[in-house]
Amino acid sequence: MSVFILRRLMQSALVMVAMAAIVFFGMHLVGDPVDMFVSPDMDQADIEQVVRALGLDRPILEQFWAFVTSALQGDLGQSFVFGQPALGLILERMPATLELAFIALLMAIVFGIPLGLYAGLKPDSPVSRTIMAGSILGFSLPTFWVGIMLIMVFAVMLGWLPSTGRGETVDVLGVPVSFLTLDGLRHLILPAFNLALLKISLVIRLTRAGTREVMLQDYIKFARAKGLGRGRIVGVHVMKNILIPVVTVLGLEFGSLIAFSVVTETIFAWPGMGKLLIESIQQLDRPVIVAYLMMIVFLFVVINLVVDVLYSILDPRVRLGDRGA
Amino acid sequence: MTSVRTPLLRAAVAFACAAAVSAPALASDLRIGVASEATSIDPHFHNLGPNNQVASQIFDRLINQGDRQQLQPGLAVSWKPIDNTTWEFKLREGVTFHDGSPFTADDVLCTFARAPEVPNSPASFSTYIKGKTFKKVDDFTVHVTTDEPYPTMANDLSVIPVISDEVGCGATTADFNDGKAAMGTGPFKFVEYVPGDRIVLAANEDYWGGRPEWDKVTIKPIKAGPSRVAALLAGDVDMISGVPTTDIGTLKETKGIVLSQGVSNRVIYLHVDQFREDSPFVKANGGGDIKNPLLDQKVRLAISKAISRELIRDRVMEGLSIPAGQLLPDGFFGVSDKLKPEAYDPEGAKALLAEAGVPDGFELTIHGPNDRYINDAKIVEGIAQMLTRVGIKTKVETMPRSVYFKRASTGGEGGLPEFSLILVGWGAGSGEASSPLRSLIATYDKEKGMGAANRGRHSDAKVDELVEQALKTVDDGKRAALLAEATERAMANLAIIPIHYQVNTWASREGIVYTPRSDEYTLAHYARSQ
Amino acid sequence: MTTPNTQPGATPPGGAALAAAMPAVPPVESPLRRFLTDFSASWLALLAALMLAVIILIALFAPWISPQDPYDLAVVSIFDARLPPGSTSMEGTTFWLGTDGAGRDLLSAIFYGLRISLSVGVMSGILAIIVGMSVGLAAAYAGGRTETLIMRVVDLQLSLPAVLIALILLAILGKGVDKIIIALVIAQWAYYARTVRASALVERRREYVEAAACLGLGHARIVFRHILPNCVAPLIVVGTVQTAHAIALEATLSFLGVGLPLTEPSLGLLISNGFEYMLSGKYWIAVFPGVALLLTIVSINIVGDQLRDVLNPRLQK
Repeated sequence: MSVFILRRLMQSALVMVAMAAIVFFGMHLVGDPVDMFVSPDMDQADIEQVVRALGLDRPILEQFWAFVTSALQGDLGQSFVFGQPALGLILERMPATLELAFIALLMAIVFGIPLGLYAGLKPDSPVSRTIMAGSILGFSLPTFWVGIMLIMVFAVMLGWLPSTGRGETVDVLGVPVSFLTLDGLRHLILPAFNLALLKISLVIRLTRAGTREVMLQDYIKFARAKGLGRGRIVGVHVMKNILIPVVTVLGLEFGSLIAFSVVTETIFAWPGMGKLLIESIQQLDRPVIVAYLMMIVFLFVVINLVVDVLYSILDPRVRLGDRGA
Repeated sequence: MTSVRTPLLRAAVAFACAAAVSAPALASDLRIGVASEATSIDPHFHNLGPNNQVASQIFDRLINQGDRQQLQPGLAVSWKPIDNTTWEFKLREGVTFHDGSPFTADDVLCTFARAPEVPNSPASFSTYIKGKTFKKVDDFTVHVTTDEPYPTMANDLSVIPVISDEVGCGATTADFNDGKAAMGTGPFKFVEYVPGDRIVLAANEDYWGGRPEWDKVTIKPIKAGPSRVAALLAGDVDMISGVPTTDIGTLKETKGIVLSQGVSNRVIYLHVDQFREDSPFVKANGGGDIKNPLLDQKVRLAISKAISRELIRDRVMEGLSIPAGQLLPDGFFGVSDKLKPEAYDPEGAKALLAEAGVPDGFELTIHGPNDRYINDAKIVEGIAQMLTRVGIKTKVETMPRSVYFKRASTGGEGGLPEFSLILVGWGAGSGEASSPLRSLIATYDKEKGMGAANRGRHSDAKVDELVEQALKTVDDGKRAALLAEATERAMANLAIIPIHYQVNTWASREGIVYTPRSDEYTLAHYARSQ
Repeated sequence: MTTPNTQPGATPPGGAALAAAMPAVPPVESPLRRFLTDFSASWLALLAALMLAVIILIALFAPWISPQDPYDLAVVSIFDARLPPGSTSMEGTTFWLGTDGAGRDLLSAIFYGLRISLSVGVMSGILAIIVGMSVGLAAAYAGGRTETLIMRVVDLQLSLPAVLIALILLAILGKGVDKIIIALVIAQWAYYARTVRASALVERRREYVEAAACLGLGHARIVFRHILPNCVAPLIVVGTVQTAHAIALEATLSFLGVGLPLTEPSLGLLISNGFEYMLSGKYWIAVFPGVALLLTIVSINIVGDQLRDVLNPRLQK
């Protein structure tokens, strides 16, 4: 297993290098950041000075080389917009996003699995039909639209929850988190639910589909015949089999939760790295975009690795390693 | 769904007032939702609206700009030219920084030494400082000399925040961001900066202009317009800037919400390709090649006449624009009192097209940004409709500003502007007509630093001469006359086609009134409780 | 515990698939008929299929049934902007669903928007499935280095947020229906590849595949007749989710200001334009396109759900 993990990490490093190159060159085809930054009163000489200061007057390959050499020393470049290390900016905002994504993932599991199980075990009951109809609505509605509706209903009309922002935070091991304060928790509910909605629907569907399949299998019939309790059948046999697709998908989806938090964070003014990314794209803050993507790739590689390991634990038929080699 | 949502929206508005009243903050606290976030607390890091806005509250300038950008005594009590190339600034005595240390000429000198030299700055204040020599005469007198007569000295120095010699001048941008060096003489003291979330300020008890009304000010960036409005309706903030035009009607009818509106220094206009015989986005009817008809003043005038600025105001801007006939609204320095907005005259436009030899019009693509100015994409679309109606079959292409400005400035062959007809805006930071004249209308000339944003490449030697002369004329009366004359000549030639001046809107809960600023800044000390 | 359990579990579907694949055992009724009977077992699915058919017809015939050509700037006027449902224009046309911020008749805009949204969703979905399925099957079947290489590329692809891929691509390519389809395919093919590979991996080890191989059947035949049908169920689950996702993604891109040209709005763009009016009381601008989009996606999803239940060999009762 350790050989597998090592090999996987090495491959991942390659992936990150490839990524960095693609994004670096791709971003240089788009727009000109200097146009974003200069103030109207500047004349041509001032503008050229900005171009030099940002290092954009050098040939692209030279810029890339400079980026690679400093990246190897852990420096992913300075943000054009903030004038600070890009990586630092991202790490500073990362806890907020991770917290949001974790809570959303938790919501997806807590709401999704029981509802999906119920719908799978009693596929024809009215409650199940309602659950399934709800799940279809859940992923039919565009995220930004749901977000503003949540604000409308729960913040503006009912006044139960705050509309935007992160609220009070406390430091846990030096990392600011908001779910431990009441104010922070109140700020967290709406954006997390907004982000989770799609995933809840997805988990419901996966769980239901899995449950229905498993319940028809012979070993469930055997288990029943053996006189095992319904609780044990569902809890052990059904759960074990439906967890495989759910874990795989949720693992994949966690990466996408982080990536797609851009929309939720924009609507709820959540100070996370998704909002930073979208603002960086709008302002062509190339170093931040490249650093963000490398960060995301790294996170994703780790998540994939964890998923694969979990997968092998849950389903012994899948062995780790180079298959067929 | 339909039947549910409609009453829901109505009810939301009705509840809004209850929510706003039920959660009032302490009377002396002010929470502001702003559209764009400051990127640093370092006042010299980036000459950018949101940064200058925050800096204006913590720091003072030698000369402050009032609500219509009129120059007011700040840390300088008076300023005057003492000879052709020297200006004398008398500084305010008895002013202290937030840490209690006194303000003197040393702080001024170190400020102007640091401002152009901040490392990693994406756009520094060097534009306003280069070519000037600062000399301390005594603790409260500073002389500034230039090589040539320099009439806009006071305007230039009214944009640069003054920092403390002791803690500020040797500090890095990071020192400002974590508060160590964020020490000014302004009405508010720095308390906290959480990037992406909030900036917290507290009243400066000893402010030379009198203690500000608010004990504590929290500035929250909320980018999405509807979210910002919702935050105000929900009572999470007391005031918001940049109210979307679409929500103004609703907010007006909402009890407990007050609107403040004021004209901005920003003109929205069209730049027209005036330098290419074959303009890339101009085609003959049916798509063939055609000699660029936009070179003809008559065609440009026809375009101007084909546009109903009133219709754009009423139907696109919800009444929140003022039709424009020149570069800056009435009342600003150097504007002409003779110029009026071109009247809507589609028949006249058709006649002009016929006179110009294109009676059946031609095909054109108009380009514009979709995330830069108020309702920019919709204005472009409206203009395209109007042009199509007089025979100029117009297509629309809008794009994010990150892509748009590069293509509009240098996207074409040989680094020339790519488009044929574009929508752009210009805010005169200095509050003078010299700013747009010099950048938008003067002939593009790298050596002289003129016409830097002249994307239509209009060129008129007479206008250039008038502008250059104005920029060397210290006498205010004469300079204003020169600028007005240059503007009149440029407008007669349709160097640009002005559409309107933006009107900006702030909304606050009842009990707070905001004095609108033409530079679009949202400043806590311009908000007052009633 | 699990290992012995899977053995009896694996046999019946394998057997069923073999039976279906081999003409030696004649089916009782034609597969199409059985499919139709199974499909119409749910009235909801029938209703959804009917709805989808109507939507597709509207999309196909939009230019002939719309009261107005919403893309013709000589007809559309901002003078008519934001009129409530039932208003009449200067020229006397009635706007049954009102007009949007640019003065377009909303009903016509929705008809045309449906056309664009559907073609974007379906075209990108089909292309992404073709690309993703081929890649996923190739990976699972080939194994070894090829598989590792392919899956690394898939990982690389999946690690890029789809919104960003599309954003960068569209910024470089410019706006247009064809461009957004390309962007959506590139943003989504990897999901299919991963899904297909994951199920194919499990299927590949099953007895019926080994049996088929023993019978000397060719690679292509094994892949397409045996492995592929067993990947269909998860593919449909992912496919329905992804089609809905493609349309929503297009709306999100519009929300972010790239994607389709403003003058030729898809449903997503109509909604995101309406987003500005969310708090303004002009409900129709956001609500009607929203309802149209909702109906479309919900119909697709219900039909997809039913298809999955019907097509899945392991669920046949």
